[in-house]
Amino acid sequence: MDNAAKQPKNSQYKVMMTHFVQYMPLVRELVGRDLKVKYRRSFLGYVWSVLNPLLMMIVQTIIFSYMFRTDIPNYPLYLICGNTLFTFFNESANMGLTSIIYNAPLIKKVYIPKYIFPLSRVVSSFVTMSFSLAAVVLVMLLTRSPIYWTILLFWIPLLFLLLFCCGIALTLAALTVYFRDIQHLFSVITLGWMYATPIFYPIEQLPDFAQTLMKFNPMYHYINFFRNLVMHGNIPGPNTWIACIFSSLVMLCLGLWVFRKLQRNFILYV
Amino acid sequence: MSVNEQPVIVDVNHVSMRFNLATEKTETLKETLVKRLQGKLTFNEFYALKDVSFQVRKGEAVALIGRNGSGKSTMLKVVAGVMYPSQGGCTVSGSIAPMIELGAGFDMDLTARENIYLNGAVLGHDREYMDQHFENIVEFSELRDFIDVPVKNFSSGMVTRLGFAIATEVTADLLVVDEVLAVGDFMFQLKCLDRLNRMLANGTTLLFVSHSSEQVRKLCSRAIWLDHGVKRGDGPVDEVCTEYEEAMRRGEQ
Repeated sequence: MDNAAKQPKNSQYKVMMTHFVQYMPLVRELVGRDLKVKYRRSFLGYVWSVLNPLLMMIVQTIIFSYMFRTDIPNYPLYLICGNTLFTFFNESANMGLTSIIYNAPLIKKVYIPKYIFPLSRVVSSFVTMSFSLAAVVLVMLLTRSPIYWTILLFWIPLLFLLLFCCGIALTLAALTVYFRDIQHLFSVITLGWMYATPIFYPIEQLPDFAQTLMKFNPMYHYINFFRNLVMHGNIPGPNTWIACIFSSLVMLCLGLWVFRKLQRNFILYV
Repeated sequence: MSVNEQPVIVDVNHVSMRFNLATEKTETLKETLVKRLQGKLTFNEFYALKDVSFQVRKGEAVALIGRNGSGKSTMLKVVAGVMYPSQGGCTVSGSIAPMIELGAGFDMDLTARENIYLNGAVLGHDREYMDQHFENIVEFSELRDFIDVPVKNFSSGMVTRLGFAIATEVTADLLVVDEVLAVGDFMFQLKCLDRLNRMLANGTTLLFVSHSSEQVRKLCSRAIWLDHGVKRGDGPVDEVCTEYEEAMRRGEQ
């Protein structure tokens, strides 16, 4: 049928890899553009990446510690850890979702490996989140929380989360080309997902069945992993590791598979 | 060495391109499900290209001519790798510089300087490479005074100039040009033609779509005539162009 299919698998992968390397500068440019456009004309610019999570944390701390009374030790740090990770997930999923349809003019005119678009969106959210980590450190210093050596491993859960987000972004980007409804549907799903993740409440507060269900929420595991390293100074047990590795790899593979399957006809639908 | 001994750069092999003109386009999940259940998901098939084959050898300048909607642009998109043919295959050996639309991929909020790097990356070049060619691009586009102005404030002619300067600064094996020389003032058009001619002299292969017979005859040595998606003529540019013009004059549909 077509030439790509005729070639042996091996050389197909080789072509994919050379493309990947060749188009890395494009990812860099697209990420740079995202960041530039995001903060263009705002007076504080990149400072907002730090300031925003801090202000969010302050608002939520006031609301939850005075109105609902939680007895989590160092609540501000607990909150900002969960929030930072979930915001990254939310942002990369939502930006990834529209990445193909927004770049339609380009896709119609130049050959570019199309996964570059969702990928670059996830990477730019990741960069924004890296700035926000400064806010986490700031909160640690302000609340005089103990600093454990395990904090040096903070990148491990973030890496898992990054892979997970790439998978989500690829899946959503591809499906949204065919069904624009997903844009609207997914914003509701993320809202529900946020409440279903222990960001501002402890998991112990949930009834037993909900605690069991929580084992199937990948976001819970990533956030739990991160909090263990940053707040409690311990490395989580094998269950958390397995859940993190498994969920991120499954999501990534699913995303790649769906994207690969659907990308050929993008041009007819965007 | 005659052209026939040169290696084949573009090999278009029985390419057909089918579009489904959906009688009722479905854009939502619900609609698709409902219509699929009702068995109403029918399409009008439309062939933009029907079993087209040709080869282009290194250093050739080939024009695609034909009326509006005859499949010229679709053919270029297949060659550029933007579209996958429904049947048949198309192989291109070597690098492609696509000029299907100049300035595709410009971000209107960014300045010309930033867009040069962005567009360069879109064409697959890294920052270092663009640094080396930056001066030439600015020089050719005659936009030195506007280099730090956001592109949204540019006139369409300025955008085209910038796009052309970036796309032709690269040394590609194959240049795919779709009707992009129609814009820009007379002087700039001459400059563009001059540049294309120089690239041809350096061994670049050209695949060219234009409605201007004059440009086609000046630039190309061979022409392929597409008519409703079917190849109707292929040969020396003067012969095919004359044949095409006569057919049009006879008022053929």
